Amino acid sequence: MLNFNYIALIPLLPIISFLIIGLIGRRYFPVFSGLLGTLSLLVSFLLSAFVAYQYFFEFGKVDGVYQQIIALKYVWLQFSPNIAIDMGILLDPISVMMIVIVTFISLMVHIYSIGYMHGEPRYATYYAFLSLFTFSMLGLVLSSNIFQIYIFWELVGVSSFLLIGYYYEKPSAVAASKKAFIVTRFADLGFLIGILVLSYYSETLDFQTLIQRLTTEGSYLSGIAGASFLGCSALTWGLVLVFAGGAGKSAMFPFHIWLPDAMEGPTPVSALIHAATMVVAGVYLVARLFPVFSNSGPNALEVVAYIGIFSSMLAAIIACTQTDIKRVLAYSTMSQIGFMMFALGVSGYHGEEGVGFMASMFHLFTHSIFKALLFLGAGAVIHYVHSNEMKDMGGLRKLMPITHITFLLACLAIAGIPPFAGFFSKEEILLACWNSNKLIFGAAVLTAGLTAFYMFRLYFSIFWSKEYKSHNTNHDADAHHGEAPGTMLLPLIILGGLSVVAGFVPFSHLVTADGLAFETEFHLGFAIGPILIAVSAIILAWYMYCKESIVPQKIADSLKGFYTAAYRKFYFDEIYLFITKKIVFNLIGRPAAWIDKNIFDGFINLLASVTESISESIKSLQSGKLQEYAIYFFAGTLGFVLLFIYLWA
Amino acid sequence: MNEIGLEHILFVSTALFFIGVFGFLTRKNMITMLMAIELILNSVNINFIAFNKYLYADKLDGLFFTIFIIAIAAAEASVAIAIIIHLYRSLKSIDVDDADLMKF
Repeated sequence: MLNFNYIALIPLLPIISFLIIGLIGRRYFPVFSGLLGTLSLLVSFLLSAFVAYQYFFEFGKVDGVYQQIIALKYVWLQFSPNIAIDMGILLDPISVMMIVIVTFISLMVHIYSIGYMHGEPRYATYYAFLSLFTFSMLGLVLSSNIFQIYIFWELVGVSSFLLIGYYYEKPSAVAASKKAFIVTRFADLGFLIGILVLSYYSETLDFQTLIQRLTTEGSYLSGIAGASFLGCSALTWGLVLVFAGGAGKSAMFPFHIWLPDAMEGPTPVSALIHAATMVVAGVYLVARLFPVFSNSGPNALEVVAYIGIFSSMLAAIIACTQTDIKRVLAYSTMSQIGFMMFALGVSGYHGEEGVGFMASMFHLFTHSIFKALLFLGAGAVIHYVHSNEMKDMGGLRKLMPITHITFLLACLAIAGIPPFAGFFSKEEILLACWNSNKLIFGAAVLTAGLTAFYMFRLYFSIFWSKEYKSHNTNHDADAHHGEAPGTMLLPLIILGGLSVVAGFVPFSHLVTADGLAFETEFHLGFAIGPILIAVSAIILAWYMYCKESIVPQKIADSLKGFYTAAYRKFYFDEIYLFITKKIVFNLIGRPAAWIDKNIFDGFINLLASVTESISESIKSLQSGKLQEYAIYFFAGTLGFVLLFIYLWA
Repeated sequence: MNEIGLEHILFVSTALFFIGVFGFLTRKNMITMLMAIELILNSVNINFIAFNKYLYADKLDGLFFTIFIIAIAAAEASVAIAIIIHLYRSLKSIDVDDADLMKF
């Protein structure tokens, strides 16, 4: 057997660099901590690429089927002979694909941040947190045990919290980090209950055993499918609850409210965590348990599909109205993750029916590339303009040519224009929907059109529209004339190149639900419709936003109520605030506080005061007079003697 | 005439015991209280000797216990007198009611 020990280095290198930077580097060599983090991640990336090469082309395939390989396993907590929490590394197509994506995007973000975060006072801390995040994310995707994934799940939540709140002097950043943490933590409660349900019935925490026991006929499967609660089987409940955790991390409705606010963090962080890697953890989780989902009957997968398509459309509509460029991108992320979710939801398991699964993973792969590129490009723009608002931008194409070109590539990719990356993955998703659910297909095509529209609205508003006038008169003008530094441009160029070619990866041969390769056919007749919709959406965006015009304002006015509602994000924040502040606090919080203060505290205080008054009344017994004590002693002894003599017998 | 029996001796030792207890509870002078304790101990000694003589004449356990008690009583007396001397130095009194500092 091959020696896999080196795979452990992939997650271990980032945690080592986190410890070094966090404990020593922050004080003694803050300037070099960026370099240290980047180098350790470079090694990590090269190792992952090597593992991926070996897995996909040398040993992963046995008889034409990609195997799940437990590369390392270490029993961490043994509860009973059956149930143990292990720390292990599980290699299969999706985890191998994910480690490559995570290390690659993280490496790009590390390089980019050297330029972007240059001169920040907490530069080293930033890199420490980035390393911590990378470690947690790698641990998450490599988990061999459902509880291990939960541990790393919470760790990525913490690192996301730390990085969103990086500018902790800003009250909005603090509020956003708290919101992100609380909302995802609330969703994770569902995940935990789901884990407990699934592991209670399958009597294991190990992924392979769990999947095997819950997909093959036997006492485990009949037990969990037979136990019903509120009209659904325990299996459906467990899977839906696990999906709730995934929806929290992936910003699906109704847990999506944290993602737009999370844009308060530094832009490279948004690119890494809130676009490319952490937010797809929910998709990854569903994909990891996909055999169980797909075997459990349609219920759980339908939930995934409808939540996915609904979030996707909702986010796309909101994205058309936002003016903060990072928020547009945030809603676009949410929309694209919705695509991945419903692609999983409509997918079957075997062979060509599994095209949805394959398409979802494919879209995850391409999306992480072009969305990271969009965020990094937006970061370069923000770095230049010092504002997030669209109205402060415009006409930047001449001033930032490289950013402009790469941003355009990414926009074409996300809009689904051939031959860019997004076209292929989105095409597969639409094909999967067409094969199983026409309603979702229609909504998906519409959402894809909206995607093209709002992305090009963003693009034209930033790079065309009016001439750029610096509003920063007091700023040193010379310092910002010209492009961003080379460390920021290099990742843009690499990612831009990949956005063009990533679509040609033969995913259906590499990552499929059951490990078997299948051929995907390219139907021109099928593809032409979505392409035409995307192109016309782009033309519409060009017409509305290429020059400064009054058309957008007119349209907004004619759709007044709807436009305002979308601009206000359909009042979800207000609704949640109303529920928490008014209903939960007033109806539950205040009575609970009253009961706590008056009844519980009162009971304890009563005990204390009774004890005190009794002690007060009998304390004179302890007089210090020796002979009084002696009298009590003799009287007591005499009493006992009499007792024993006369009453005992 | 009758011989002196076990009951007589036990009567004496009981009387001695309660005289000791009475003295311990009523005397205020610590030296006198110490003497009362000696009386109590000696009443026990008499018991041991008497039971040994009348019930287990062929054994020596009671005698040994008595010797031990006498030795311990001597040691105890020396410690007690040392304590009394120290109390006298700090309180200028050997009245037991004056030594009532250890209270609530």
